[in-house]
Amino acid sequence: MTRNPAHSGSTAITLVEAVNRALAWEMAHDERVLVFGEDVGRDGGVFRATLGLLERFGPERVLDTPLSETLIAGMAIGMAAQGLRPVAEIQFSGFIYPALDQIVNHAGRLRTRTQGRLSCPLVLRSPCGGGIRAPEHHSESVETFFAHIPGIRVVMPSTPARAYGLLLAAIRDPDPVVFLEPTRIYRLVKQDVPDDGQALPLDVCYTLREGRDVTLVGWGAALHECLQAADALAGAGISAEVIDVATLKPLDMGTILESVARTGRCVIVHEAAREAGFGAEIAARLAEEGLLHLLAPVRRVTGYDCVMPLARLEQHYIPSVARIVAAVRRVMEYS
Amino acid sequence: MDSDGKAHRPETAGATESVARFEIRLTRCLNPDGTPCGELPPLARDAEALRALYRAMVWVRMFDRRAIALQRTGQLGTYGASLGQEAVSAALGCVMRPEDVLLPTYREYAAQFQRGVDPADILLYWGGDERGMAFAQGRGVQDFPICIPVASHVPHAAGVAFAFKQRREPRVAVCVLGDGGTSKGDFYEALNVAGAWRLPLVVLVNNNQWAISVPRAAQSAAQTLAQKAIAAGIPGEQVDGNDVIALCTVLERALARARSGAGASLIEALTYRLGDHTTADDASRYRDEAEVQAAWQREPLRRLRAWLAAQGGWDEAREKQLLADCEAEVEAAVKRYETVAPRTPATMFEHLYAELPAAYRAQRDALEVGASSSSLTGETDALAPSLSMGEGGGGGEPTP
Repeated sequence: MTRNPAHSGSTAITLVEAVNRALAWEMAHDERVLVFGEDVGRDGGVFRATLGLLERFGPERVLDTPLSETLIAGMAIGMAAQGLRPVAEIQFSGFIYPALDQIVNHAGRLRTRTQGRLSCPLVLRSPCGGGIRAPEHHSESVETFFAHIPGIRVVMPSTPARAYGLLLAAIRDPDPVVFLEPTRIYRLVKQDVPDDGQALPLDVCYTLREGRDVTLVGWGAALHECLQAADALAGAGISAEVIDVATLKPLDMGTILESVARTGRCVIVHEAAREAGFGAEIAARLAEEGLLHLLAPVRRVTGYDCVMPLARLEQHYIPSVARIVAAVRRVMEYS
Repeated sequence: MDSDGKAHRPETAGATESVARFEIRLTRCLNPDGTPCGELPPLARDAEALRALYRAMVWVRMFDRRAIALQRTGQLGTYGASLGQEAVSAALGCVMRPEDVLLPTYREYAAQFQRGVDPADILLYWGGDERGMAFAQGRGVQDFPICIPVASHVPHAAGVAFAFKQRREPRVAVCVLGDGGTSKGDFYEALNVAGAWRLPLVVLVNNNQWAISVPRAAQSAAQTLAQKAIAAGIPGEQVDGNDVIALCTVLERALARARSGAGASLIEALTYRLGDHTTADDASRYRDEAEVQAAWQREPLRRLRAWLAAQGGWDEAREKQLLADCEAEVEAAVKRYETVAPRTPATMFEHLYAELPAAYRAQRDALEVGASSSSLTGETDALAPSLSMGEGGGGGEPTP
């Protein structure tokens, strides 16, 4: 993750620009791809993720829908079953719940229900998470809801390059993908991202930083704090490995297990509420499959089991560098 | 309401005008006794076409009866019959072209059979096997599987219709739902976009008067369900859903309209569910028998048979022959169903994704191990291989 962009070339872009670039690339190279959702056309999306696509690809491939989240997800299923490659946008993650019904009951099941006769190669994009002082219902972390649904993929990028490569992969994937974009880091960093149409692999974790003493596991915006915590810990002589889960479903547990086998300790960091959150899945798998490698109990640093607070308190809700460092110090007490 | 309980009537300030008026047309060709109730469309004189429609209805009624018998004897799971509503789906099967796409719910068997779905597959589905919705053969190879969550498939139909329009294909998405489904937001959201985007979509409400135990009157205060189209800016109309000639006429018009690029329609077919909601239901708990008996006087088979007989296109010998033919065909379908070999447990992962992700291969393999070990021991122990699941779980992937 490039936090202090030294890149001066014109290819240094933000995460949201990388999303835009990936959409444009794929639309230019695959005429089946279309983009639709609320305000994605003329307005270019409220975060500008779809800026310029309407002008470039026309109103038959970039469509402003009525305000209906169920419809957006449901229509994408019909389009996908007809061989199109719809990329639907839900404007904010707090509004995504009506679409959940369609993803659970239809998108994730159509291939199974028809024994492969029909499939759902759709992408449901949505900004996700807090930290941008948005109004109520705009800052939810919804990944666990989707990660529990069979038959789909759940992807969350953590950098511009990852957003570009993973979104291309998501669009090209023959199955439904929920692609959650952390709003907090939409414009936090810039990174050189060659516009070469190269997809990155789905279903794998990415090791962002190697370490010896503890494994920090996170995804999306939380990795920003994980890397800062790793810097801080390095100053105190603690070597942290940082893993970007990237694709939550299906989970590449192998990479996490291999890392924990080396470090013996694991701290899982996510912004969503703790109880039954996705961190619990990773912790359970570590207990089932990696117990003998563990030198300390697995700890989680997460959002709290309360309603996502409004702007004045949200920074206290989101896992901070200090909380991560404190959790690492706790697991380091075991030797 | 005011605090004194009187309805509050605001004073009208200034002039008012009516900005919209609408009417809902109800089409009927035959009276319940089979006599014509007005000028008839050409279809009413086409004996061959009518006999085909009658056959489709008799066929599916016999199929229903057999399916219920299979359920009662433990050879089928819960089944939703189409008793009394045969005309709706028979008409659909008649007017749809092979290249159109049907998005059905669970009472459209006649249409599905006409579109080439093997009745044995429908039994297989209700018998608890996903292969029943594979529709391995037939004309409607792009048709959707039966939709169980009410009205959730109407948005899919809008998506299918959008694909047709975008590719400039003269095809129509036809979606069927029940009266209860019109209370769902999905239904209106899809109608709304179909109007705004002028999609080639026909939404057919099979109003059988009962959403399990909730009667039509309790479902909505709207005088008709067809008028729900008005809010979406598309035409809506009613048709006698026990009158297959009227149904074909109205549906054909709506499909032609959609095919020509003029946009979507909503059709409310007024019919009646003569049986239980499903085999898991007991309608006598909430429904008067007198109402059901009255509905039997309006049912669709008797009506068409009477008209055919009056035209000289039907007699007892033909009826007897048809019943015998249909029974033989239904029995053949049952036989095909009964001889389908069961699948191994591991096949539940077979079509989960286009290619099974590495993360789930261990679970699938454990099912295979369980299946083969149970064949040795005579029992299935799904928990036994859990250790091997752990060992294989998700490992071996590269870390770029």
